[in-house]
Amino acid sequence: MNRMKRWDIWSLITFVIFAGYLIFLALPLFMLLIKSFFDGTTGEFSLAYFTKFFSKAYYMNAVWNSIKVTVCVTLLSVIVAGPLAYIMTIAKIKGSGTIRILILISSMSAPFIGAYAWILLLGRNGVITNFFHDVFGFRMPDVYGFSGILLVLTLQLSPLIFMYVSGALKNVDNSLMEAAESMNCTGLKKMWKILVPLITPTLLAGGLLVFMRAFADFGTPMLIGEGFRTVPVLIFNEFISEVGGDDGFAAAISVIVVVFATAVFLLQKFVANRKSYSMSALNPIEPKKLKGVANAAAHIYVYLFTILAMMPQTYVAYTSFQKTSGKIFVDGYSLDSYKAAFSKVGDSIYNTFIIAGITIVIITLAAMLIAYVTVKRKGAVANLLDTFSMLPYIVPGSILGIALLVTFNKPPLVLSGTMIILIAAFTIRRLPYTIRSSAAVLHQVNDSIEEAAISLGSSTMRTFFKITVPMMISGVFAGAIISWISIITELSTSIILYTGNTRTMTVAVYTEVVRGNYGVAAALSTMLTVITVISLLLFFKLSGKKEVTM
Amino acid sequence: MHNMSVAISFQDIVKKYGDTTVIPELNLDIQKGEFFTLLGPSGCGKTTLLRMVAGFNSIEGGALAFNDKVMNDVPPGKRNIGMVFQNYAIFPHLSVSENVAFGLQNRKVAKAEQQRRVSEMLYTVQIDQYKNRMPKNLSGGQQQRVALARAIVINPDVLLMDEPLSNLDAKLRVDMRNAIKSIQREVGITTVYVTHDQEEAMAVSDRIAVMNSGVIQQIGTPREIYQRPSNLFVATFIGRTNVIDAKLETGEGGSAAVRVGRDYSLSMPELGELAKSGQSLDVRLSVRPEEFVLSEDGQGLAGKVVNNVFLGLNTHLIVLLDNGQEVEVIQQSASTETAEIGQTVRLAILPETINVYDASGERNLNRGTGR
Repeated sequence: MNRMKRWDIWSLITFVIFAGYLIFLALPLFMLLIKSFFDGTTGEFSLAYFTKFFSKAYYMNAVWNSIKVTVCVTLLSVIVAGPLAYIMTIAKIKGSGTIRILILISSMSAPFIGAYAWILLLGRNGVITNFFHDVFGFRMPDVYGFSGILLVLTLQLSPLIFMYVSGALKNVDNSLMEAAESMNCTGLKKMWKILVPLITPTLLAGGLLVFMRAFADFGTPMLIGEGFRTVPVLIFNEFISEVGGDDGFAAAISVIVVVFATAVFLLQKFVANRKSYSMSALNPIEPKKLKGVANAAAHIYVYLFTILAMMPQTYVAYTSFQKTSGKIFVDGYSLDSYKAAFSKVGDSIYNTFIIAGITIVIITLAAMLIAYVTVKRKGAVANLLDTFSMLPYIVPGSILGIALLVTFNKPPLVLSGTMIILIAAFTIRRLPYTIRSSAAVLHQVNDSIEEAAISLGSSTMRTFFKITVPMMISGVFAGAIISWISIITELSTSIILYTGNTRTMTVAVYTEVVRGNYGVAAALSTMLTVITVISLLLFFKLSGKKEVTM
Repeated sequence: MHNMSVAISFQDIVKKYGDTTVIPELNLDIQKGEFFTLLGPSGCGKTTLLRMVAGFNSIEGGALAFNDKVMNDVPPGKRNIGMVFQNYAIFPHLSVSENVAFGLQNRKVAKAEQQRRVSEMLYTVQIDQYKNRMPKNLSGGQQQRVALARAIVINPDVLLMDEPLSNLDAKLRVDMRNAIKSIQREVGITTVYVTHDQEEAMAVSDRIAVMNSGVIQQIGTPREIYQRPSNLFVATFIGRTNVIDAKLETGEGGSAAVRVGRDYSLSMPELGELAKSGQSLDVRLSVRPEEFVLSEDGQGLAGKVVNNVFLGLNTHLIVLLDNGQEVEVIQQSASTETAEIGQTVRLAILPETINVYDASGERNLNRGTGR
């Protein structure tokens, strides 16, 4: 492409997208910053919120809790999923194709559904707890609090590490392993000296993703934490709570969180950049059939993980078909929960489809254009756009929700309570998946193809829609499906932004769980799972791949 | 330098993948210190055989021995081999000297000794100035040298090389093969080298085994393999050749002649014992392009020049014979005038160096006749 500064239709498009980011991302974050530094009542500059936060043990305790959860979940996920990916790469496991898909499905549900499922299983009145008590007279350890959060989030997020590491191992050339073996470096030593260093950049990238998600997750500690207060819970309570809630204070905590997340993000980037190797495997590692104990152990490990990971969704689906009497499950099966779901919260299903549907159309179009601008029209503005589009990785959903709300709850632009604010939030948060997947395809498209079209007299826009778009469409749709799934399972932004008219399915599941209407919650969750599975199958068909890049 | 290298023997070696036998009962002896090449088209089993020596492929039958020690069940790390991989397999997270030192560390060689041997080896392969670089900052040829250094520095009994030059460009390939040959000669290590490039094989090897479909077709020095290919497969795989159908006719008193076409025959008395007198036997000739000469006495195969490519040192002619077959002829540029396109010529064959095969092409009739 011509690198000359030219004003054409692309400049206009870049400008419009840029304006969108400024209005719906930069401005809200800036407003949050302002709010945190100015007293809510007097309107004067003040550091009071920050001093309050750092001086009270109550708040520092939440920070400490968050760090504890996040670091433990990240480490545990690596410890659990690293070996899992390694085993699945080197060993022939029966049904490995299905297992990969199941692991993927398990990672795609909303974490808080896992939390509520594990309460049903291991909680005070849980099925497994009662079973152990009745049969063995033995009280299971408590699943609430720190350990429960750890269990739920590790199972929920370790699939991400699994997918990252599997991808990296696929790029490790088998000759590297053989070279090590031929020099008598085998077994664990080989893993530690060759394999681990090679996949370290990937572990760091996957670890960051897990870190950010665990850090930002609000539903899990809310449901299973029982007083184990993490920062997102703190922010939510400060912001939403009818009594004594304080927007300014919530804003201040949000600012601290964003600064912290940015620091972690930059640190990860710094370390990962120093350790990156470009690898491509001529002879990838082929899975081999293991023998004897090793084979049994490998199968047990993989199956056990898959069962545990799928347990919440499976059990929730099972309970959705149970007969209910009021809020309690009774013996026998029925579709009552589904009937109740449609009659009580049917609007949430409608809302989910409308909001997610409109969002995904905007995302698809915007992602194509952004991917094109950042890949094919490199420059300062394109770089800035790239940075903007990646910001949602480090801004937790609830904080973006609060930022949008404090910005658009007063004139000149009042959006609070409308679907538009939800659509804006979802678009900003879930664009990156589609941008990345579109850009990946676009990197493969040779510039000369467009130049050929233009030399034949095609206009810029015609070339884009007739030549470029058809070539990148598979990547765009693949990314859009992942965006779609992540929108319909989103909770932390919607819980902040929803009102009675714009309640989504996840919000409905959450509120029903809180109210103890487990049947309705189960029916809604199961519908979400079914939509997710169908979407994933569509993704596999369109992309021809059996994995997802997050 | 030291010389601890070994002889390698293959006795009735069998390789199977599931029920498919890819190498049936192969026998081969590689001598101590020899540069031995396994040469063949892709899929012929040469890499499989090499990886059996390395221990990466299991052996389903027979015995593989280093000197007299059977190695079938010894893991790769305990075979004391050095291996150079097709894509080098340089560890991307280790520097040049760390890569070369890797094998020594696994052998618990003392630190000072390690350093001495690494720098000595880096000097031998001429990359000592890059010792602190990371692999991504090296060219293909330099990476190749690192791979070679890493394989040799551990004083292996056997050096195994799997198509080590196939990722390099043509000029570098020639430079590197000379380097490999001279380093091997200097170190004196038994080397098994795998390639599909016959010119490369000829350039580096003491002996070559030509393989096809898991079977060794011929073992010999580069000269033997080029001049006396044991069958038509080897004749056509090594160098260029023209295969021409002919008849072996024997007369009274053991005289024998090979008749090519209607009016041209070559006297080859040494083939007389192959057929009863008065009999005629279908045979196939392998005539290398340089074994044709433009005849000046009217004797030879009649044909017409259809193409003429001047290459400096010599000129390649494509001649369409009267029987419809096209043959390739190399004419030294220095000799006489060049035949022009469209010109009718007579091609004489030099009977001393051509090879005569039976009708199946499996047996070289010249062999075993004392020539």
